[in-house]
Amino acid sequence: MKKAETILNERDNILGRIREALKASAPLPGSHGGSHEHTPAGPPASHAREWLPAVGTSAAEQFELFARNAADLKADFQLLASREELKAALIKLRDAGKWQRIASHGGELTDFAGKSLGLPVTLTDRGYDVQEMEQCDAGITECDALIAQTGSVAVTSRSAGGRALSVLPPHHVVIARRDQLVADLPAAFARLQEKYAPDFPSMISFITGPSRTGDIERILVLGAHGPKKLTILCI
Amino acid sequence: MSFVSQFKAQAGEKTRDLRHRQFIRTALRGYETARDKRKGAFQSWESARQAAAETKWEAINHLDEHLVALTRQLEARGTKVHWASTGAQAREIIAQILRDKQARCIIKSKAMTSEEIHLNDALEKEGFTVVESDLGEFIVQLRHETPYHIVFPSMHLTRGEIRELFQRELGDAPSDTPEDLTMVARRVMRQKYITADVGFTGANFAIAETGMISITENEGNSRLTAALPKTMVTLIGIEKVLPRFADLALFLPMLATAGAGQPMTCYNTMYSGPRQPGEADGPEEWHVVLLDNRRTELLADTEQRDALHCIRCGACLNVCPIFRNVGGHTYGTTYSGPVGAVITPHLRGLQEWKHLSNASSLCGVCTEACPVKIDLHHHLLQNRRNASASQPAFLEKLAYKIFGIVANEPAFWSLAKKLGWLTQPLHDAVKGSALDPARAWTKTRDLPPMPRETFKDWWRKRMKAE
Amino acid sequence: MTVTLFIPCFVDALYPRAGISMVEILERLGHTVICPEAIACCGQPPFNSGYWDEARTIARPVLESLKAAEAVVIGSGSCGAMVKKFYPELFANTDHAELAKQVSARTWEFSDFLVNKLGATDLGATFPHKVTFHDGCHGLRELGIQKQPRALLASVRGLELVEMGEVSCCGFGGTFAAKFPMISTAMGEVKCAAAAETNAEYIVSSDSSCLMHIQGLLSRQGKPTKTISLAEVLNHK
Repeated sequence: MKKAETILNERDNILGRIREALKASAPLPGSHGGSHEHTPAGPPASHAREWLPAVGTSAAEQFELFARNAADLKADFQLLASREELKAALIKLRDAGKWQRIASHGGELTDFAGKSLGLPVTLTDRGYDVQEMEQCDAGITECDALIAQTGSVAVTSRSAGGRALSVLPPHHVVIARRDQLVADLPAAFARLQEKYAPDFPSMISFITGPSRTGDIERILVLGAHGPKKLTILCI
Repeated sequence: MSFVSQFKAQAGEKTRDLRHRQFIRTALRGYETARDKRKGAFQSWESARQAAAETKWEAINHLDEHLVALTRQLEARGTKVHWASTGAQAREIIAQILRDKQARCIIKSKAMTSEEIHLNDALEKEGFTVVESDLGEFIVQLRHETPYHIVFPSMHLTRGEIRELFQRELGDAPSDTPEDLTMVARRVMRQKYITADVGFTGANFAIAETGMISITENEGNSRLTAALPKTMVTLIGIEKVLPRFADLALFLPMLATAGAGQPMTCYNTMYSGPRQPGEADGPEEWHVVLLDNRRTELLADTEQRDALHCIRCGACLNVCPIFRNVGGHTYGTTYSGPVGAVITPHLRGLQEWKHLSNASSLCGVCTEACPVKIDLHHHLLQNRRNASASQPAFLEKLAYKIFGIVANEPAFWSLAKKLGWLTQPLHDAVKGSALDPARAWTKTRDLPPMPRETFKDWWRKRMKAE
Repeated sequence: MTVTLFIPCFVDALYPRAGISMVEILERLGHTVICPEAIACCGQPPFNSGYWDEARTIARPVLESLKAAEAVVIGSGSCGAMVKKFYPELFANTDHAELAKQVSARTWEFSDFLVNKLGATDLGATFPHKVTFHDGCHGLRELGIQKQPRALLASVRGLELVEMGEVSCCGFGGTFAAKFPMISTAMGEVKCAAAAETNAEYIVSSDSSCLMHIQGLLSRQGKPTKTISLAEVLNHK
């Protein structure tokens, strides 16, 4: 009882101090000795598209940009023409990585992948054994969006089989549909908001390349804690 | 030893260490090149900066509303929100969660707020095992050190030093390649994510509109920390709010660019609750601790309120010539570099920490680098003014008073210059020695010879001739 | 035009050649130059050290004597920033607030004045040497002066400008150089190394205070690189 009171008081104390402090107004940024360079009409960040890196206008340009960004990030991106090609790509990955077991989740594309691979699968949909997932050679998921501007893949706990599946296995394979490609980050956020708001999945993650670190002499090493490899198969 | 003497002693030691200076400078020059390339990819980095500054202005100047909206939505989805006015309160709240859960092992992803409140020490004293999962943090934890840099905690260490450390502490270091050393940490950490009772994270942004906490990282350790343990705890400073979900579309690439010269950090993850019905995994409980710890005092200073706009990207540290030459540990603070010099006096006492504001040439490269346009170097000036106004140094003030009298009276000014010229041979005799009043300068630098005829002498002569 | 030339205290006392060159250049361009006797220092040392009352004591007579000036030209980026940018802040909410703003609006740093007010870049100078240019931080970041000195140097006959690989502070920073000499010296060493890499004979700058620091280090270390003010280069025949 006492603890609850304390917590309540600190909330009021902190908000009280904030309100007291905000009675005096602070100058707008950029006003110090110089001119106010830019006055946006709406929320400042709503114009983000005009300032972020350019993305081109056609879908072809944007696929090309995504491919270029993925290559820079050392992610493997494959644009595939058919289910047959998808199947072949998956089998090639399986054989090259000598996969024994995969982890995945239920979904139209992931189910197809499971069938194509013919390997034992740890499915996350109804709960799973973590040690078993840790032993899997690859985690195969769907996603919410591919972002041309940054080469990122947006996944959520709902679209990609929970929180761990896209980071625990050493190879993350994303299967995406072409219509999931969006031009830029503002478009990705808009798409997520349209799709989910107000009932968002408890986790939304923008994955930009395989896990990496530069903590030792700023030299890039892939697979710090998450996947060493990221493959994006787009049909 | 006072903080200022400690700072001077450390600064002396580090600036004499030429290997260290070169090592840090090379690393940060590498960063600068990458950052410039990424900045160049923006259609307009300057407009983006201005917009980011305005967005943070809006967030901070309506902080109460945003925090209320944030917590209402977090709570609606089953998150427990705690408020801590002080570091001690935050430590107690977190320790109590661990006690309630009968936890033994806590796995942490990188959080400067936890460094700020010295969380690890407190938890370890209570017998909890605390494991830092970020590679750099793990390395400095093994060395019983604080992070060298808010974004690159172990950037001061060579691979050789890290190999020795791993050999000594873990008995495992096959080689000194960064690849092999990283894999050692990966192996150590994997089982910890699975067996830890509690996962602890910091946060980069809190979104008021949607009730989310956003975490930016490269390694995936934070993702795993927030996925596997049954209980999750997040500690976040109250100033980290952004008004809208869509604001992240601007802030995430700017944070990556300014902070590490990356187009996007590898994982940018937004959490809006513990595991929800129908979801495969995630913590059963999520506790979010909102930390004040004197941030509201900084908020009350309208002149420097924008220091709360800081997104902890580290850009100002990276470009700062002071930081590059004295290194991160010399500051003796959680937040080092220009932003640390600006905010530490507010968080830990102006008189004790004003020396950090004095230890600057005011070159302004920090302000130029700041992605949210915090007026960093001018705040250093304001800290100097506030410190001198509330507690002037007697001799320094007197010296400026005398200088004022001399400068304001042309006859005195002429006389002073003449005296300087006349005493020059005397100065030459003691130059650089303990008797030299200008020793602070002459120990490493020559003084220019004083000319017999000053500019004003020449001007006066010329006027007369006309 | 009548130009009120503000020669900073250390230029007056230590680098008269720089000040004399500015007078000669402006006069050669057909302008009348006046140098008010009452002005010695802009007040930056106490201002930067946090002693704003003392800074105002020094700055007030400066403002008064610049009251009627048609154009104020300052022979240093650092002192230029003080008058143009910091006077309005220093005198905010005082009787001199309005005057500080007015003077600020009529104040120019020397190279900025030549290029952007007078439109003069070719001053007929000859300086047959390889040089590098040091941007004083105050001029660069408070006043945005970067292109102006380069435009002027580009017209100097025989001069070859080689840029340094790293744009960095020289470490002077006023009293900082004496309060934290170890850091200041380390920064200066970085600067000298960057200048040495260019193989330039001279380091040129608009700021004699930066040059004093750089030259102080170079002389002590017995390095052959020399320093010279921009005005002297522009006035060289």
